[in-house]
Amino acid sequence: MSVADRLAMLGQWALDRLSALGSFVLLFFALLSRMGPVLRRGRLIAAQTHFLGNHSLAIILVSGLFVGLVLGLQGYYTLRRYGSEEALGLLVALSLVRELGPVVTALLFAGRAGTALTAEIGLMKAGEQLSAMEAMAVDPLSRVLGPRLIGGALAMPILAILFSAVGVFGGWLIGVGMIGVDPGAFWSQMSEGLDFWDDLVNGIVKSVVFGLVVTQVALYMGYACKPTPEGVSRATTLTVVVGSLSVLGLDFILTALMFGGL
Amino acid sequence: MNSAPSAVLSFQEVTFGYGATVVIDRLTLEVPRGQVLAIMGGSGVGKTTLLRLMAGLVTPQSGRVEAFGQALSVKDRQALYAARRRMGLLFQFGALFTDLSCFENVAFPLREHCALPESMIRDLVLLKLESVGLRGAAALMPSQISGGMARRVALARAIALDPELILYDEPFAGLDPISLGVTARLIRRLNDALGASSVVVTHDVAETFLIADQVAVLAPTPTGARLVAMGTPAALQASDDPYLRQFLKGEEQGPVAFHYPATDIAQAFCLGETHRGH
Repeated sequence: MSVADRLAMLGQWALDRLSALGSFVLLFFALLSRMGPVLRRGRLIAAQTHFLGNHSLAIILVSGLFVGLVLGLQGYYTLRRYGSEEALGLLVALSLVRELGPVVTALLFAGRAGTALTAEIGLMKAGEQLSAMEAMAVDPLSRVLGPRLIGGALAMPILAILFSAVGVFGGWLIGVGMIGVDPGAFWSQMSEGLDFWDDLVNGIVKSVVFGLVVTQVALYMGYACKPTPEGVSRATTLTVVVGSLSVLGLDFILTALMFGGL
Repeated sequence: MNSAPSAVLSFQEVTFGYGATVVIDRLTLEVPRGQVLAIMGGSGVGKTTLLRLMAGLVTPQSGRVEAFGQALSVKDRQALYAARRRMGLLFQFGALFTDLSCFENVAFPLREHCALPESMIRDLVLLKLESVGLRGAAALMPSQISGGMARRVALARAIALDPELILYDEPFAGLDPISLGVTARLIRRLNDALGASSVVVTHDVAETFLIADQVAVLAPTPTGARLVAMGTPAALQASDDPYLRQFLKGEEQGPVAFHYPATDIAQAFCLGETHRGH
């Protein structure tokens, strides 16, 4: 293969990626432009929020507990060096609310609910269900994709809050229950140190953005996939890869904007 | 062919393809009001594409598709959806919503387009299911019924809004002889009972000729499918066009070759050299 051929292949690869990014953004704007009719479908939105939230609830709660347990142990190990073990509650809560809650929940959400969404939309496409809807003069973007996007954006912050709450409980179990940190200091340091707007609200804003992005990635992958078994399987994998990388990349940008003073 | 007011749908010089491959080549065709028009042709000739063009699911590269006197275009989504509400499309494998019961599948277009009380929706759905003989299967899920039954439920869904034009994509494919006869008679009966017009895309000659008023035959050419004959079943059977004769009688010899173009067979199996060696 000549150098020119390799360059052409690289160019084609770049063009394909750019074209996919363009389609992704176009789909997002197409969904945004339909928010009026989508928001009138309250029952569908509620069903999707319930479905997507329920789908990920068990894994979120278990993971949150373990992350909290580990934070309790690691946090205590570090804080003891400086003689400030009573700040364990604050350390666990800040780590969870600002960072680990939104990010780990979003990664788990991409793996659990995101893949389910991609496979569902991809199989609907392969079974011509989306075309059948079009043929019945029903817009699949308003009927199928829109309620799922809002459902994902609503379910994510609820899941992230639950993750953080269970994580704090895990940290308390280790710190107060096992190691013997003073319970009063654990809770009071936490409640004094946490800022409502800077920590809690920004953490929730992060999780809403992650929810939107992961759900949009999952929907796009399903909607744009080849309607074959290989196509659906590839799209499902891509949801996890692209969804997770987008969350990590966006987390850096959002953290820099919210807390870094950029 | 001039566009007569009696046509519910018309194609004027329609060309369509995927990328550089032309599937339909400058096709002009009309669907006469109140009649059953069968569109026939071999597998892969572009019949399903033609049906998707009729429903406005794909847009022609050139030419004009008109339904109910209005041009179909994806650019005018409102007009396109208005036209689709007057059509019913039956997909080859039914395309039922797998997460909804048979009842809810048929109720779907009613719930989406009409603000009707639940009791009326129930009555309408059961009436539609009764007309395809499946009122008893209303509570079943698509995974619990056979392929033939799924297609009949899909037909009940396609006629839920009493369409003026019903489009059928290969309604006979993969059906047993009983289901095949039942489906064919159903298409005719529904067309007459609803006062609708129907387009049946198929390659099943015997059943189609029993129910169709007009038959259009598509033939493949290197530059895409073309309309080679259109007329009543009797007229087509009397034709001596070589492609038509081969297609209607299922003959191996004729303009359509059995073998896909390939290299020389001796060369493919390396027979020339070996023969000489022996």
